[in-house]
Amino acid sequence: MAEKEPVKEKIPRVVMPEQRPDIRRRNFDEVPLGYTSEMAVEEASRCLQCKRPPCVAGCPVDIDIPAFIGHIRAGDFDEAIKKILEKNRLPAICGRVCPQETQCEIRCVLGKKGEPVAIGNLERFAADFARINGIEGAPPRQKPTGKRVAVVGSGPAGLTVAGDLIAKGHEVTVFEAFHKPGGVLVYGIPEFRLPKEIVFAEVALLDKDGVDIECNMVVGRTVTLDELFDEGYDAIFLGVGAGLPRFMDIPGENLVGIMSANEYLTRANLMKAYRFPEYDTPIPRGKNVAVLGAGNVAMDAARTAIRLGADEARIVYRRSRQEMPARAAEIHHAEEEGIEFLFLTNPKRFLGDDSGHVIGMECLRMELGEPDASGRRRPVPIEGSEFELGCDLVVVAVGSGANPLLTNSIKDLVLNRWGYIEADPETGKTSLDGVWAGGDIVTGSATVILAMGAGRKAADSMHEYLTGGRRLS
Amino acid sequence: MFEIVRREEMAKGTVILNEIEAPRIARKAEPGQFVILKANETGERIPLTMADTDPERGTITVIYMVVGRSTALFRELRVGEGYQDMIGPLGRSAHLERVGTVVCVGGGTGVAVLYPITRGLKQLGNRVISIIGARTKDLLILDDEMKAISDELHVCTDDGSYGHHGFVTDVLKTVLEEEVVELAVAVGPVLMMKFVSEITRPYNIKTLVSLNPIMIDGTGMCGGCRVSVGGENKFACIDGPEFDGHKVDFDQLMQRLQAYRQEEIQSLEAHRCKLEP
Repeated sequence: MAEKEPVKEKIPRVVMPEQRPDIRRRNFDEVPLGYTSEMAVEEASRCLQCKRPPCVAGCPVDIDIPAFIGHIRAGDFDEAIKKILEKNRLPAICGRVCPQETQCEIRCVLGKKGEPVAIGNLERFAADFARINGIEGAPPRQKPTGKRVAVVGSGPAGLTVAGDLIAKGHEVTVFEAFHKPGGVLVYGIPEFRLPKEIVFAEVALLDKDGVDIECNMVVGRTVTLDELFDEGYDAIFLGVGAGLPRFMDIPGENLVGIMSANEYLTRANLMKAYRFPEYDTPIPRGKNVAVLGAGNVAMDAARTAIRLGADEARIVYRRSRQEMPARAAEIHHAEEEGIEFLFLTNPKRFLGDDSGHVIGMECLRMELGEPDASGRRRPVPIEGSEFELGCDLVVVAVGSGANPLLTNSIKDLVLNRWGYIEADPETGKTSLDGVWAGGDIVTGSATVILAMGAGRKAADSMHEYLTGGRRLS
Repeated sequence: MFEIVRREEMAKGTVILNEIEAPRIARKAEPGQFVILKANETGERIPLTMADTDPERGTITVIYMVVGRSTALFRELRVGEGYQDMIGPLGRSAHLERVGTVVCVGGGTGVAVLYPITRGLKQLGNRVISIIGARTKDLLILDDEMKAISDELHVCTDDGSYGHHGFVTDVLKTVLEEEVVELAVAVGPVLMMKFVSEITRPYNIKTLVSLNPIMIDGTGMCGGCRVSVGGENKFACIDGPEFDGHKVDFDQLMQRLQAYRQEEIQSLEAHRCKLEP
């Protein structure tokens, strides 16, 4: 451990350089540009190297944060990435999309008086440095166990399970329904926030470690769970994501030009429709775009719309600024890029032209009433407050539900009343022997890192099961 | 890669048949289900309802009309080449039961989708009256195949170059006047399915149609394929593609199918030089 240095809280947090808003709002390149080595060392030197680090307790995958930051401070970037990879095989992704401000950084001692250490930025730096310089730091594989694991879904939960179990010596096959691995990291999160090349690079490392990734496999359709067991898999992890778009269920919602955020973002991200016609998949290029909802997905959609040439892109949200579920950083980026926010507004119906294309929405003004089940004040429509809002594209980003395609195909799998899989929060065990689940198909829409945390717990439990050879319940 | 093992040109090269190696899909697929195909790295995901499957050979067959950029790209693929990506079987299988007399109506390449459904209905012991049509004789497909599995086959062409001069709906009206029909199945252009459903409605004949709206993933994730059925939103990919024709909002479906009309033209133009030497 590095020697404890005098407290240097006077060094301000090193700001990560970004593309200028007026430039980036018209391109799909990544917004934050990353730390240089000098910046990383300087930021790392702010860390107090706490003996009992509160930040680690905030990390769903238990990264030894002070240790890796200590290595960065010492300029030993190889050791830094090794330290991270002990606990997290997707650091370049997590460094970009984890909500550090509510997990590790919020617990940083420095944050009490000033700004916390930029843990996420440093994680990103270490991962990018390793990738660019071809440094491999994954812990060595343990000796083969002869056990085979099937992982259904290649999003953050599935990839974590795959990484953990391959390292423990099991054979792992990941089944992905789409034609590219990565799940929400690839179809959902835009290029300007998480370049796909980075996802594929981290997936490629798993592949190199021996994880077999089979795309175009719709488990439940192309192959069933029973067949996977028959084919010799000893344990199965289900991490298929939530995957069912919610709509507003108001009149006119099937007009052309109204689509789910899933569709809009999948076209843009997975299918690369922003490069149409070089890529064949089209995407509507709205000039006046309304995005319904105010979570991270809504920010992604609005920022995509601006980049696709919208004159105006608006977040339309029924509650007020302080209830917005999106990360502060995402809201900030969206505002910088000229996204407008229309709070306390909810569409009542969509308006269309003769050809069935959306031309606007009739909206209601809302006010906040008593707190609801979520603890947030319930939005209540103000009677007679109807007004029209013009738009030629509406992206519905009001959350998702549980996709039944896989779960319906599995007899006796216990689901909760919303259709999500019932799984033990500590182990990820489902009601079926040899079957685990984790991520959004268990919890409903959450974050990448929570899905990874669930994957970690499931992998530990699966390893125990596979090496003990019996169900431990 | 999903290799093409047999390729045929039909209807003067405007319609292509591909038999594709996909053992897992072939083992599972049932009449009425579809696959999603993507030709190459930059390609679009295109849903196509299967025309046939051969579990023993481990193949599935699709028949499609060359209408835009993606199908033009598909047409270029030869035997031994293949599709970069394919998933399936998707959607619910067609509702097949023994009811007595059924009328199977197909238009254009819809006949390809109708074929396995018709065969299934025939195998269950129904009396099958089939009515198929095309704009002109040269564009007609699978008339011999349909004849072999139908008790009665009526062929129509819009221009009168073969069979009945007129639309499948004309023949359908005549058949319904003469026969007691328990079930109708219609697959073809949306307008045809709409009119078939309107004709059978007064007779109270259950009418099933197979829809092919715009979609991306085919697994219920994007919601692009939503169709209004009896006032309720359904996803064609997981709730369909077969629906009760008396409940489908065909007008809305037609509008939604036109969503990318401009882009389709643009895309085809952008690639025309590569496709048509």
